[in-house]
This record gives sequence, C-alpha cells and structure tokens, in this order.
Amino acid sequence: MTDTAHSTSMTEHGSDDQLTEAADRPTPTPSSKGTPVLEARGLVKTWGHVIGLADVDLRLDAGEVLGVIGDNGAGKSTLIKCLTGALTPDRGEILLEGRKVEFKSPLESRTAGIETVYQTLAVAPALDIASNMYLGRERRVPGPIGLITRKLDKRGMVKSAKQEMTKLGIATLQDMRQRVETLSGGQRQAVAVARAAAFGSKVIILDEPTAALGVRESNQVLDMIREVRRQGIPVILISHNMPHVFGIADRVHIQRLGRCAGVVSPATTTAEEAVAIMTGAKQLQPAPTSDA
Amino acid sequence: MADTASVSAEPDFESLAPKLTPLTRIQRQLHAHPALGPLIVLIASAIVFSFINARFYASANISLMLQQVAVIATLAVAQTLIILTAGIDLSIGAAMILSQLFMAQVAANNHVPGLLALLIGFVVGLGTGMLNGALVTRFRLPPFIATLGTLSIFTSIGLLYAGGQTTQASQMPGLLNWTGNAVKIGPYNLINGVLLMIALYIVVNYVLGQTKWGRHVYAVGDDVDAARLAGIRTNLVLFSVYAVAGLIVAVAAWVSIGYTGAASPNNAVNANLESITAVVIGGTSLFGGRGGVIGTLFGALIVVVFTSGLTLANVNDLYQPIAEGILVIAAVGVDQWIRRVKV
Repeated sequence: MTDTAHSTSMTEHGSDDQLTEAADRPTPTPSSKGTPVLEARGLVKTWGHVIGLADVDLRLDAGEVLGVIGDNGAGKSTLIKCLTGALTPDRGEILLEGRKVEFKSPLESRTAGIETVYQTLAVAPALDIASNMYLGRERRVPGPIGLITRKLDKRGMVKSAKQEMTKLGIATLQDMRQRVETLSGGQRQAVAVARAAAFGSKVIILDEPTAALGVRESNQVLDMIREVRRQGIPVILISHNMPHVFGIADRVHIQRLGRCAGVVSPATTTAEEAVAIMTGAKQLQPAPTSDA
Repeated sequence: MADTASVSAEPDFESLAPKLTPLTRIQRQLHAHPALGPLIVLIASAIVFSFINARFYASANISLMLQQVAVIATLAVAQTLIILTAGIDLSIGAAMILSQLFMAQVAANNHVPGLLALLIGFVVGLGTGMLNGALVTRFRLPPFIATLGTLSIFTSIGLLYAGGQTTQASQMPGLLNWTGNAVKIGPYNLINGVLLMIALYIVVNYVLGQTKWGRHVYAVGDDVDAARLAGIRTNLVLFSVYAVAGLIVAVAAWVSIGYTGAASPNNAVNANLESITAVVIGGTSLFGGRGGVIGTLFGALIVVVFTSGLTLANVNDLYQPIAEGILVIAAVGVDQWIRRVKV
C-alpha cells in the first residue's frame, strides 16, 4: 500500500523509477518561492475499508490560487477537512509556513490564520452584514467603558466592514446594516468571502464558492478571489467548475480516487486534459508541469 | 431569484425595482422592527378600551394591570431568551414554583435568613435552567421534549417538598416579601416587583442588543450551523441561555411571592403557556433568531390590557381566553407573513 501510495503522489514530478529519490521529500518541485505557506505531506484518512485520502501531498505557495478539482468521492472534501481541522488525518503532516501544525477543530485552524468559506453559505440570515463579518470575533467599545459595559463597538464594526468590502472592490453592498437574508446568493457569498479575506491572515480556502451562483455573480466572486490574491493571500479554490478553476488558478491539484493524480498548470494543460486525468482517461506521465 | 436583478452596481437600477405597495412597506417595517407590531396593537387596544370604558385608563386600573403583569412578564424574559435560540421551555412555570417554594420553606420552616433563602431560591432556579440546558446540549434532546419532562419533574418535586402546603408571606422574612411592598410613582401605586421586572427588561434588552453574548444568542437561534462555522461555541451559548433563564425564573419566583403574598404549589399553574403567549404576541419568532424582550413586554401588556379591557366592557369572562387565542394565532400568522419578506 505504501509503495503504490508513494508512486501516486510522485507522479507529479517523475516516473516510478524516481521513487527512491522522491521518497525523502523536500518539496517535490524545487520551489523558487521559498517555504510553501501551507503544505500537506502524505495525508492518509480511511474509514475502515473506505479510503478517503491515500497519501496525498498538497502545496500552496505564497500569493497563488491553487485549484483543487476531482470527481465526487475523489477526496476533495476530505482533503480540505483535514487541512482545516474538521477531520484529523490518520497519517501525514501539515505544515503552516514551515511549522508543523495539528488542528483539532476548525476553530484552531482559524486562529492559526486559515479562513474557510463553506459551500453552505455560512452566514446568519437575520443578522446584518457587519454582524456576520464579525460573527464570533465581535469587537467591544475600546477602553474601560467597553470593559465595564461589555458594549459592542457596532459603529466601528460597520465602518471596518465597509472598508473590507471596498478593499475587495465590492460596490454592490453599501449598507452594512442590511440583513443578510435580504441579499442575493452572490451577495451572501461576497459577505462570506469578505469575512474570510478580512481575517484570513495566511490562507483562504473556498469550498465551491460559485456552485450556487449565476454567471454574473460567479464572476463577481472570481473577481474577489483575484483581489484577494493581489493582496498577497494565497487561496485554495475547490470547484467542480472547470472554466472557473482554469480561469483563475495558478496551479491545479487534481484528486482522483483518494490520491493526487497530479498538479498541473493551466498555462500548459487544458481543462479537457485535466478532466481526462481526473476521470482516469489519461495518466499524467513524466510531466513536470508544475515547474513550467 | 428574481430579486437578484437588483444586485447590479449601476446606480439607476434602483428605479427599475418594482414599486413598493403599501402592504410590502408595512411588511418590511415589521420585518426590520419586530416589536413595532405589538406596540401598535397595544396602543390601539388601549385606545379602544378607553373609549368603551373610561375607567380603563384610570391610574388605579393601570397600576393594577402593571401589578398583574409583573410575574408573567418576568417569566417571559426567560422564555424570550430560550425562544430566540429556536427552543421552547415548557417547564419554567413549574421551575418558578419550585424556586419560590424553596425560598419560602427554608425561610419559614428552617429559619434561614432572608438573604440566604433568596440565594437558595436562585440556586434552585439556576439548577433547573442548567438541567434543561444540559438535556438540550449534552443529550441533544429537542427542547420541547426535554422541558416537557422537566415540567413534570419540577412540579412533582415542588409538591413533594412543600407537601402541598402554602407558605404565607407573613411567615417569611421581609426580604422575600420585598417585591410586594407598595411603591408610589406619580399617580401609580405599584409594587417593587413591577420595578424589578422593568429593570430586568432594561438589562436583558441591553445585553441582547449590545453585547457579544446577545449577538451570539441571535446567531445560534438564527442558523446554528452558520454560528458554529463562524467559531461560536454554540452549545456553550445554548447552555448559558438556559442557565440565565433559570436565574430569571428565580427572579419571577421572588416577584410572585410579593405579588401573591404567598408561596403556593398552586401559584401560576398557567404560567408556562402565558409566558409563551406573551413572547409570541410580542413578535419573537418561534423559529428563533428574531425578536426581543421589548416586544415580549408589549406582548404581556397586550394580554393584560385585553383581560382588563374586556372585563371593564362587561364582556363575559369566558370570552377572554378566546381573545387571547385569536391574538396568539394572529401573531404567529403575522410572523409567518413577515418572514416571507422580499427586499
């Protein structure tokens, strides 16, 4: 099992005969960008006979958007859950900025600077935009007054929420006191992404952010992702939507049957080829695409 | 999804939006301010009853109504907190009786000093809340079932402990009876319990509206998964809501001793349902996350205004529950309607 697992994870940069060299793995690709922001090495997660992840490596470099694609059951969600602490991997290690981390809950990964936007639009509908952006991280009125009265700094939070929105170029949301339930799906997603961008100091993970959205709203979210990248925060984008992923990602991590079937660059690989790899119709032969 | 059209950044999109009918305007306002509807009903009914019988707005009658509402209004604060989390508490009336029986009996029979007796009553109240909270969060029981069970348990423990006995206020230390002491404010003859109730409303309204905990209560009631994903420890918030409700129940027990001048297992047998009635009429949604205590105060007042007004209008007593029932159904109907708001 270990052998096959190794070979799979290494297809990314070499054929099987390079296995020994690859086994002692400092990052497979000679990364010119220094230490990856987030790195997973040899993640394994199984439930009895069900293999969620079989020795998966993942690398996220500074300032990049890493797409993660894969068919249903390929282990995309399991991979992300392991990264955010929603699941604990059976084996393997996760490094954040080169330091080994072990998240026991999503809260811990958040505290460490990894923000995740979940597929299920995780916003509270009856609360307003500002409240949602600061949900779980409310700010109190500064000074002794805040200490004694425990009063929330509502005006301050509204103001900062507005600033974050402006920073991401979201012009459609003006009134931060507007309840989220009065917003469209795209606007809600914008709130969720803005929240992640406001607090995700190191990594932002977006799980199918465009799945429930229309064309124009999807484009707005993709623009936001570009803006987040421009600000230097790396993004992991999980999506089924090939045009979205290939339109925005710098590299694409392809999951297949619990393994990483390869990491390709949209510059050299088309979406069709990626789908072929994803579905097993094509093997990624010695193709150092990620070096390209 | 039709309303997503208004997402656009183009400024002139506003003018393309469908014209608001007066009805949708009302719907929007009620949606944004859940206490507005109950306030309007309260004022309108007060005006109507004043026209029917001028004695309605006499200061004596207003004083009487405020005294009558004190216990239920206090209890309804606890109920509001729980309903805001999309729960419901069927046991708070029984918990209140249990708490007041302990306060009264330890003072009257065991000669415990007043302050300590009061404290014991608060501990009992807190304990009932914590038990409910544990059942809901630890054992994941639906609040309706958990509190249905504790309703019977608290009732029986109260009866067993007190042996069915009523303790008169005269047998208790002055502190326990303090809530029943008369206090005159302007033309109104009130009791301290009314002031305590009003103070409680001010405090809880502040806590719900202005503090982190309050916001988390709304978030948990609104969408528990979203709250959890936002990093809120939802079970802790839920548990704390039930615990705080338990303390408020003890306040209600104290007010009840003062108002009725006794601690009896037969006090306020309908308190559970009356507190829910006040909350629902007050515009707090049974689905959680929407509403507040000010609406509940209006809701409790509406009930007592109808009771008093109908009595003064010489309407048969038996019609009063009918009026109450219509109010509850109308309030929930309105809630369903405003929850479908489109903006």
